[in-house]
Amino acid sequence: MGSGSSHTATIPDLDDIRRETGFSQASLLRLYRRFRTLDQNKKGYLSRTDLEQIGALAVNPLGDRIIDSFFPDGNLKVDFAGFVRVLAHFRPIEEEDTGNQDPKEPEPLNSRMNKLRFAFQLYDLDRDGKISRQEMLQVLRLMVGVQVTEEQLESITDRTVQEADEDGDGAVSFHEFAKSLEKMNIEQKMSIRILK
Amino acid sequence: MRGPGVLGALGALALGAQGARAVEEQPGGAHGGGHGFQVVTFKWHHVQDPYIIALWILVASVAKIGFHLSRRVTSVVPESALLIVLGLVLGGIVWAADHIASFSLTPTVFFFYLLPPIVLDAGYFMPNRLFFGNLGSILLYAVVGTVWNAATTGLSLYGVFLSGLMGDLNTGLLDFLLFGSLIAAVDPVAVLAVFEEVHVNEVLFIIVFGESLLNDAVTVVLYNVFESFVTLGGDNVTGVDCVKGIVSFFVVSLGGALVGVAFAFLLSLVTRFTKHVRTIEPGFVFVLSYLSYLTSEMLSLSAILAITFCGICCQKYVKANISEQSATTVRYTMKMLASGAETIIFMFLGISAVDPLIWKWNTAFVLLTLVFISVYRALGVVLQTWVLNRYRMVALEPIDQVVMSYGGLRGAVAFALVVLLDENKVKEKNLFVSTTIIVIYFTVIFQGLTIKPLVQWLKVKRSEHREPKLNEKLHGRAFDHILSAIEDISGQIGHNYLRDKWSNFDRRFLSKVLMRRSAQKSRDRILNVFHELNLKDAISYVAEGERRGSLAFIRSPSTDNMVNVDFSTPRPSTVEASVSYLLRENMSAVRLDMQSLEQRRHSIRDMEDMVTHHTLQQYLYKPRQEYKHLYSRHELTPNEDERQDREVFQRTMRKRLDSFKSAKLGLGHGATRLHRRERARRRNSSIPNGKLPLERPPSFTIPEKALELLEPEEAADDDAVSGGIEFLAAVTQDTATESPAGCDNPGFEPEEPGFLSRVPPWLSPGETVVPSQRARLQIPCSPGNVHRLAPFRLSTRSTDSFQPDDSTQGQAPARPEATHIAAPGAEATQVILDRMRL
Repeated sequence: MGSGSSHTATIPDLDDIRRETGFSQASLLRLYRRFRTLDQNKKGYLSRTDLEQIGALAVNPLGDRIIDSFFPDGNLKVDFAGFVRVLAHFRPIEEEDTGNQDPKEPEPLNSRMNKLRFAFQLYDLDRDGKISRQEMLQVLRLMVGVQVTEEQLESITDRTVQEADEDGDGAVSFHEFAKSLEKMNIEQKMSIRILK
Repeated sequence: MRGPGVLGALGALALGAQGARAVEEQPGGAHGGGHGFQVVTFKWHHVQDPYIIALWILVASVAKIGFHLSRRVTSVVPESALLIVLGLVLGGIVWAADHIASFSLTPTVFFFYLLPPIVLDAGYFMPNRLFFGNLGSILLYAVVGTVWNAATTGLSLYGVFLSGLMGDLNTGLLDFLLFGSLIAAVDPVAVLAVFEEVHVNEVLFIIVFGESLLNDAVTVVLYNVFESFVTLGGDNVTGVDCVKGIVSFFVVSLGGALVGVAFAFLLSLVTRFTKHVRTIEPGFVFVLSYLSYLTSEMLSLSAILAITFCGICCQKYVKANISEQSATTVRYTMKMLASGAETIIFMFLGISAVDPLIWKWNTAFVLLTLVFISVYRALGVVLQTWVLNRYRMVALEPIDQVVMSYGGLRGAVAFALVVLLDENKVKEKNLFVSTTIIVIYFTVIFQGLTIKPLVQWLKVKRSEHREPKLNEKLHGRAFDHILSAIEDISGQIGHNYLRDKWSNFDRRFLSKVLMRRSAQKSRDRILNVFHELNLKDAISYVAEGERRGSLAFIRSPSTDNMVNVDFSTPRPSTVEASVSYLLRENMSAVRLDMQSLEQRRHSIRDMEDMVTHHTLQQYLYKPRQEYKHLYSRHELTPNEDERQDREVFQRTMRKRLDSFKSAKLGLGHGATRLHRRERARRRNSSIPNGKLPLERPPSFTIPEKALELLEPEEAADDDAVSGGIEFLAAVTQDTATESPAGCDNPGFEPEEPGFLSRVPPWLSPGETVVPSQRARLQIPCSPGNVHRLAPFRLSTRSTDSFQPDDSTQGQAPARPEATHIAAPGAEATQVILDRMRL
């Protein structure tokens, strides 16, 4: 597909992207090839269809939600920078990331909080900063087999929300979301080794 | 096919059974009485050989049933170990009976009849993508690792021998090296038997699996080289011979692989033309791959490599060419043969040991061999991994290395090779045989028993033990799914360039030659992932689910046929009935379920907690890494996984379909553009346009299309599959964009209106004109097969029990709370259908 011929020079705004995402040059090159492979008509951007062509996503319960996250704010296309920005959330956290952090710089995309925020916005469809009971139910519905009855689902949803809900408003805020997962090793769980 | 072949051939097993023959001399005349014509005669000799073989197979199979009666035993003790112990017991009984070791695993039987099915099975079901993705590492471990093991073990033993610790042995350096080479290889049979039960990650699995397959070839070559050196005599081996040995290594292994590839080509080509001889179709797979084995054996090339590569290379084309039933037959037969062969091998490993003649004990030699193979295996793994990790994108972690080192089981290949040794040339053959048996027993039984706890212990050590909260459980699982989705988006690991080149070549030339035309069509990229999944089913299910508003039919396979029937003939009345009927039925089923659950729920709250946790535990979809068994010799169809894939696939596609439909219904602007498309399709369609209902507004494209889809199904199954998918692809492709309204499936759609209005669902306008990838690649393929999926629309369209109500646009209807999870499909259908009637 001719993707082998691409060099870093051909990636637009390489330096900015590197700074923002923290990806290594080699990773970016690899991702750029991937980007161009996905971009079926050589448009220079990806549309939903391009991502939907990835077969494995069709059997991933959250596949379409992930695709949604590439198109925030009603965008119809995502360019390479946007593409990489999403993936950057999954870069493993390295020693130097935490060590010499400039307080003026924004938190890197792959920080624990940003990883959590990424997951959170997959649940929070209406972007009101809270996972409502309804939103939780929808996710749950996506993720369990058909054997589970609707009532069971609702009961599980209620319990899940109750468990995390601290201020009693019947919804899970980001703070509560993060709190309920504080014991979990998000840094490791939400990182992909190949994304360096 | 091979079934009878294996049986008959196993006769050789009985050739070792001379003793039994002598014992069974007397019957026959006893009751027959005198002479003259005998009504019934007892002809034991007539059937003796096949009879004994069949009996052994029966014993082994019954034993397997016995083992699996108790799950607790098999979950702790690997089956291979149990079989060996059983073999020891049986051997003991036989020996006690006539004091002759009547039965043993002979190299001929092993190499000609027992090993090929196992290796073919491994090759045919090899996860190719992973295998070739990790080929570098696999080759390193298989070649360098095995040579390292052989050399270090042999040399170290020789060193100790020189020190005099082993006492007086009639051996030389070459004998030790010979022994080292035969004991060096990790055995695929033993390794798989154990690894299947230890769940390791896919990369580790493929590396160990691939290594154990390929290193057999290395061992056999090394063995042959050293054996001929021993024959020559230590003093006569010259430098030229050494060089020849190295050259022969490459010739033998590459040659074997080439023979395999050639036969794979032949096999693929043959299956392309078997359409009219479906009954013997599966036979070709077995016969030709077996011939590849024999051919390379004949040419003294590596037969194992030949049959492995035959399986690896042909799988794609064969699976695409042969019919679904034949594919199933091949799958089952192959698993049966492989599993049976494995069972027999392990049992006879046990039986063969009961023979005082082969035992010669030398404590130092045996113990040191055990120590050396373990230590050098570990050392080799660590060294090679250290090298590899500098180049690998995914580094192998310490825990992986431990598993690899500890998983270095030795097996029947080593045994067969050591038995093959010529006693006249290798004076200490018996010592080698005994030691090999001990090594096999130690690795299979002891390491096999302990590897599982070891892995668990290592894993548990990393994560503290604590009952996770509901949130953690749910979100944790969600994270797993997110991660695998991101992995899929960010692409596979490495080698993309080569892989692209190869798939290009494959598409342009190989597939054209080796695949049926119909099969070629279905090879759209989107299909690659689903080849395991029964796509046709999935698509019918989507359609059927839409039509009937339920997933209940998933449980009754008999409806499959119905689906097809329904496709060709729209029957509005039954449809209407079935929607409501099924909803009702479904609800009652749910109630029943709930009642039983209710009873439990009324107990204590803890109980309820447990139920919730349990439900989640059991029914949360598993992330890919956990459920995709890469290769399993015993499990035929991973039902759970397939069902999960099917369910999710169905939901996803339905949701995309719904979005498409609603987007389409909400607008009129896209019509002209779509019309162009439609016209192009219609030109190729056999359905006359006259059938179009006249009352439809001309700009309203869906009914038109739906009608067009009515074309009777004449094509082969493959077409249905590709048709369905292409349809879906096409659907998503030409979706118009403007209308944000109409995400009416509450189960699968974001239903907050605010969200909906902010996110226009589909593509950019510019994209609708571009033909799908498939269209670009294979233009001639008829658009007629685009249609399999669509007729349900037509059927739903004509329901009239619901009030048309346009005002529901953009607003999710309230859903009946107690219905089955699949029920939203029905509602969506209704809403859509209501709109369509406008």
